[in-house]
Amino acid sequence: MRANSRTRAGQYVALLAYLVFLAFPFLWLLSTAFKSPRELGSPHPTWIPRHPTLDNFRQAFDEQPLLHAALNSLLAAAGAAVVAVLIATPLAYVVARRRTALTRAATGWVVVSQAFPLVLVIIPLFLVLKNLRLIDSLAGLTLVYVVWALPFALWMLAGYVRAVPTEVEEAAAVDGAGRVRTLVLVVAPLLAPGITATALFAFVTAWNEFFFALVLLKTPERQTLPVVLTHFIGAEGVADLGPLAAAAFLATVPSLVVFALIQRRITGGMLTGAVKN
Amino acid sequence: MAAEIDAGSVVRRPTDRAVWFLVLPALIPILVLSVGPLLYGILLAFTDSQSGRTEPTRWIGGLNFQDLLHDTLFWESFRIGLVWAAAVTLPQFLLALGLALLLNEDLRLRWLARALAIVPWAMPEVVVGIMWRLVYNPDAGVLNETLRHLGLGDGHDWLSGLATALPAVVVVGVWAGMPQTTVALLAGLQNTPRELHEAAAVDGAGAWRRFRTVTWPALRPVALAVTALNLIWNFNSFALVYVLTNGGPGGRTRLPMLFAYEEAFRYGQFGYAAAMGCVMVAVISVLLALFLAGRLKGGDDT
Repeated sequence: MRANSRTRAGQYVALLAYLVFLAFPFLWLLSTAFKSPRELGSPHPTWIPRHPTLDNFRQAFDEQPLLHAALNSLLAAAGAAVVAVLIATPLAYVVARRRTALTRAATGWVVVSQAFPLVLVIIPLFLVLKNLRLIDSLAGLTLVYVVWALPFALWMLAGYVRAVPTEVEEAAAVDGAGRVRTLVLVVAPLLAPGITATALFAFVTAWNEFFFALVLLKTPERQTLPVVLTHFIGAEGVADLGPLAAAAFLATVPSLVVFALIQRRITGGMLTGAVKN
Repeated sequence: MAAEIDAGSVVRRPTDRAVWFLVLPALIPILVLSVGPLLYGILLAFTDSQSGRTEPTRWIGGLNFQDLLHDTLFWESFRIGLVWAAAVTLPQFLLALGLALLLNEDLRLRWLARALAIVPWAMPEVVVGIMWRLVYNPDAGVLNETLRHLGLGDGHDWLSGLATALPAVVVVGVWAGMPQTTVALLAGLQNTPRELHEAAAVDGAGAWRRFRTVTWPALRPVALAVTALNLIWNFNSFALVYVLTNGGPGGRTRLPMLFAYEEAFRYGQFGYAAAMGCVMVAVISVLLALFLAGRLKGGDDT
């Protein structure tokens, strides 16, 4: 079915409008990050910095402990991602392969956990973690991120498990492999790409997360990147916009890189999840 | 121990135990850090729990809810939350649907559009907020500069203006939530039977008719699920508005989550804030049930 050329032209115009709408705030962030304080103070801001400078990046590192915050974010996000897929994969396998009351409860929890406002979760979590002496600690935050990443991880991984034909497992069983051997040596390798994608997705969600980190971390040296970024905001003068933009841009780079890697798998995973459920 | 006692049922048992072995590592954290806190949170709503108090917490029944009923500030915040959720979710859906339909066509530059459409999803919400603060900045922002350029007035202080703050924040909400919606709708579109589409085209059905009779019926379930989820997520949204306006000016953008956060962690009223959370869940569930029931019933006619 060939669309006529008028329709096609209209489609391209619409697509262009979408591209502009989606891209312009990010381009403006970049532009601001490379402008000098003097240029930011001038009455007519331009898209291309007249005298591009890296000063904002240096100043951003001077003003706030960005490196330390990035390290905190890295630890919490990587820890949460690894633990989340380690414990979610077996559960996802059971959910995908069996229909019992337990798996139905797990699926129900995935849905319900999305609907509750975080206030209702954060207050008791705050009290529980306080009793465990895990408040204001990266370990406590990582633990929260693990559980927080589980619903989506479970959803994605169950989709990937369903994509593995049961015949593969039956064949392995016929060949005399035990259950555990089958799971570890036959099923897990087939799931590896899906597990990696899910872990990376969990990493990005935790790296980007703000609310839990805001409430649970009080000591400045323990705070994660999004929380430290908000310290730049406030009664900022125009001159401080440069470092703010520079820091915000740097904090986004890891997320963008990881997302570019997994983009295809995430959309694919949502698709299988949507079809099979 | 169990193995020695139940030696007779050895054949069945190992599988069951294997299942528990697979399930427990995830189940325990879920119970301790998700299900438990949720139930605990609901219980807290019926207590006078406060932060940093030495006296023991007491059970006070429905007192928090009675107070809440007369808390006009909370209901104002609640109203703003509903307005925000509806004003973000609807354009989000329409724009995402348009984009998904375009991305489903065989256009050049589609790869670029697909990649860009995902970018807002990848960004930290805090960065999205910062980015749009820069766009809206009265002096150094691109929005006012463009308006001046086009001769459309001298520009505004968008995020501090009483009239403009909420619309300005809503635009950011729409922008930030488009990717997930687009991806889900695109996935749904790719499931619609191509042959049906082509058959309809051969029969001379125009684009709109094809959309109504072939695409939409196949897309409906995904569209409903995505809209329902978006409504919930948007109503419970926090970080974006916290960074953009922190609820200001004069509470014009104070979403219920911001209100409850302040109540809990600035004023330390844990019990009262938990009650707010309960009310939020209850009202949203009812609204959602009505919405879904209405939609599903409407589906029988078409």
